[in-house]
Amino acid sequence: MIATRPILEVKDLIVDYASDHGPVRAVDRVSLEVAPGEFLGIVGESGCGKSTLLFAIARLLSPPASIVSGEVRFQGRDMVKLDDEELRHVRWRHYSVVMQSAMNALNPVLSVGEQLRDAIVAHEEMGSRKIHARSEEVMRLVGIDPIHLKSYPHQLSGGMRQRAMIAMALVFTPELVIMDEPTSALDVVAQRSLMLQIKELQKKIGFAAIFVTHDMSLVSHFSDRLAIMYAGQVMELGDTKQVFADPKHPYSVGLLGSFPSIHGPKVPLRGIPGSPPDLAHPPARCRFHPRCPRRFAPCSTTEPELYAKEGSLARCLLYADGA
Amino acid sequence: MRYALRRLEFFAITLWAALTLNFVLPRLMPGNPAEAMLVRFRGRASLQAVQEMEAAFGLHPHDSIFKQYFDYLSNTAHGDLGTSLSFFPTPVAKVIMLALPWTVGLVGTATVIAFLLGTLIGMLAAWRRGGIFDALLPPTFIVVSAIPYFWIGLLLLLVFSFVLRWFPLGFSYDLTDQINLSWSFVGEVVAHGFLPALTIVITSIGGWILTMRNTMITTLAEDYVKMARAKGLSPVRIMLNYAGRNAILPNLTGFAMSLGFVISGAIAVEIVFNYPGLGFMLLTAVDNEDFALMQGLFLLITLAVLVAILVADVVTAFLDPRTREAG
Amino acid sequence: MAIQVLTKQEVVAPPPRENVLRNLVRAIAGNRKAVGGIALLTFFVLVAILAPLISPYDPNKLAFAQMLQPSPKHLLGTTGAGQDIFSQLIWSTRETLVLAVVAGVMATAISVLVGVTAAYLGGFWDHVLNLFTDVFLVIPTLPLMIVISAYAQNHGLGVLIGVIVVTGWSYGARQLRSQALALRNREFLEAARVRGERASYIIFFEVLPNMTSLIVAIFLGAALYSVLAAAVLQYIGLGDSSDLSWGNMLYWAQHNGALLAGSPWWVLAPGLCIALLGAAFALVNYAFDEISNPALRPVKKS
Repeated sequence: MIATRPILEVKDLIVDYASDHGPVRAVDRVSLEVAPGEFLGIVGESGCGKSTLLFAIARLLSPPASIVSGEVRFQGRDMVKLDDEELRHVRWRHYSVVMQSAMNALNPVLSVGEQLRDAIVAHEEMGSRKIHARSEEVMRLVGIDPIHLKSYPHQLSGGMRQRAMIAMALVFTPELVIMDEPTSALDVVAQRSLMLQIKELQKKIGFAAIFVTHDMSLVSHFSDRLAIMYAGQVMELGDTKQVFADPKHPYSVGLLGSFPSIHGPKVPLRGIPGSPPDLAHPPARCRFHPRCPRRFAPCSTTEPELYAKEGSLARCLLYADGA
Repeated sequence: MRYALRRLEFFAITLWAALTLNFVLPRLMPGNPAEAMLVRFRGRASLQAVQEMEAAFGLHPHDSIFKQYFDYLSNTAHGDLGTSLSFFPTPVAKVIMLALPWTVGLVGTATVIAFLLGTLIGMLAAWRRGGIFDALLPPTFIVVSAIPYFWIGLLLLLVFSFVLRWFPLGFSYDLTDQINLSWSFVGEVVAHGFLPALTIVITSIGGWILTMRNTMITTLAEDYVKMARAKGLSPVRIMLNYAGRNAILPNLTGFAMSLGFVISGAIAVEIVFNYPGLGFMLLTAVDNEDFALMQGLFLLITLAVLVAILVADVVTAFLDPRTREAG
Repeated sequence: MAIQVLTKQEVVAPPPRENVLRNLVRAIAGNRKAVGGIALLTFFVLVAILAPLISPYDPNKLAFAQMLQPSPKHLLGTTGAGQDIFSQLIWSTRETLVLAVVAGVMATAISVLVGVTAAYLGGFWDHVLNLFTDVFLVIPTLPLMIVISAYAQNHGLGVLIGVIVVTGWSYGARQLRSQALALRNREFLEAARVRGERASYIIFFEVLPNMTSLIVAIFLGAALYSVLAAAVLQYIGLGDSSDLSWGNMLYWAQHNGALLAGSPWWVLAPGLCIALLGAAFALVNYAFDEISNPALRPVKKS
């Protein structure tokens, strides 16, 4: 394996939400890397901090959320230290964002073409004919008839809107595309079709992708590596196939065991008892230990780090120092 | 299309309601008040004119009430609004036409300025949250908006016209001059109109600022604004085209709906400054028990509001592609 | 992923009401505008109640010299008829407050009736009531009030309240209808319907209690409107000019040429009071808005 420099390195990122009762830690010392052209999936329950993490990486947080400490190195530069003006130069050209609901993410009073134009013009001086040509090109890339450049968001179907958003994200063929549950607003058939399209585009253009979702089955088919988050921390990180075949962290085991499989023998569904913790008052040390079937004494007294085991990383004391 | 039809239905019905109110009110009151008015009329007008007025107000009716109603409606449609008592023997329609341009000029300009300025300030206030501006702005403007229009007018009159003598004491132009189109006359009009316009702007701007600020705050939290930031668009463009253009939409409708209140305030201002517009005429009509003029003015003012609403609707349709679809 | 089974209790129960009151009180105390507004209102109410005690003279007494300047004996001077302005100012608080509250309550009651009924009956009646509301909303209020008052030969308090209510109910009706429509679809109402409760029961015991905060806000708005509308009408001369009220004071001041005669306080004082009372209602109203929509509160810069 050629060790290429990762396109994105997140190191010990911490994000807090200010509240009347003191800061609530939504992202706690998250570290991960994305190699060029890689597809990283981030999964977890609602409220585990995955969307916050994503917006932090994209530098799109707004008050009361803010990055407290840590690094987000994109192509070698620490994004956390950049101010808005400096960020604007990097935005969209080198990394872009695709959001969950295109109906909400697209400006309802501007046509698709106008919004594409806005994105282009913000970063490059281009003649209007060139702009139009590029817009048409990128629409065709995602399979939408360029005639829809004149359409308004409410005139397009859900699937088309989502693809229009992706078209917009790819207008400068960025090196990294960050996606926050882009398929959640679609029906199952449209979901699969969209995912296939994204994978194809990835092959064609070569961008790296971070894909946040709560849909395990979707991510299992399409991501190269997988990160599982819980209560603001990364619990397991590794090759997708490996994580699915042999999950290390007890939470991952529980998560993967909660989804029925259409193929294979009927297995009784196991849920994970209890509910996710209140992030304002998280459990001591290992955040999962109150619900963990394999907890033991040190779980509530020692803070678990990410330990390597058979190629994956798991934040569980079971794997500490060659256990 | 359906939307346009519904609006038209609404306008027609409102106009009809205003007309019917005009017709019904004098007949409803115990002892038709028009009786007293007509006594004064009788001394000065021809028999025919008197009979017309009697018919218009339902005194000594020769015809059924339905015929009266029909006659009234058809007369109005022809522009025959009766004869004015205060400005005898000028027909009401003519009196109104004299006053109309002054009101449209003063109130129209002042209201539009207040709306545009207020919307802009509201937009900026929402954009820069968390400063002194944000905390002080709402209470200041709430308080200012609660002050009666005419009192601020009186205050301004006292300070600027009476004490400082910077501005004239009232009316719309120097009464010793003739109305003409020369620059000096225009200057006069502006000088006379400045304080009334200022009064209207001061009292109404608070409302626009606050509503725009509130809608803008909600809009700024929308995903498409976040998306615009993600795309690296310039802050100005985001504020105007992404946030502002969406935030202004509910306000335009609100503007249209609140015009009734705005016009009312403007009338009070005209009265304070003796500004010869529709409002001042209304007061004159009331003082003289000139019911024909009163009715005519009421009708026209309602019509003016409806027209303004129509304009606001057209502008909204222009700015929001969704309404064009919806019908 | 753990799946929680919602008990019927959680799905169907209406939002709990006991905590609402306690939270409300706490929210009000922490909001400066609310405190300011309520303080002003209380001040005026006290003045109105204690008028006989605080007023230096009988406000109608014509014993003094006319058009006097402010002095220690007459804090705001005297009117053209020889009455003490300060005493008039104090006593006028009563009528203005009564007007505000009575007209406010009546207008709010009609708003609730029309708005909620329209939302509940739906269909044709909704359309009709809506049209009715919109027409009254659009017809300019002052001209309508002037026209009605001019026709009514007597200009007593009753007529004044009447015209204010007739022109003031439509604004609230619209808002109430929107909220009633939104509430109509909530689960706990479905449950009540399924239980077989009558529409009127549902309206009174399930819907209205949830609309209390909006109704209060509308009442405050209506009270504000009443204060200002009464002021204007009285100033023009369409109120009962022998009544003691701030608007009437302005009318008399105007007719005695107060500004030109060098008695500006005759004009400034009542106007200021109207403004303050109006501001009080407006402040409390806005504070209510902020309390129910936290996004509008001033942002603390971190």
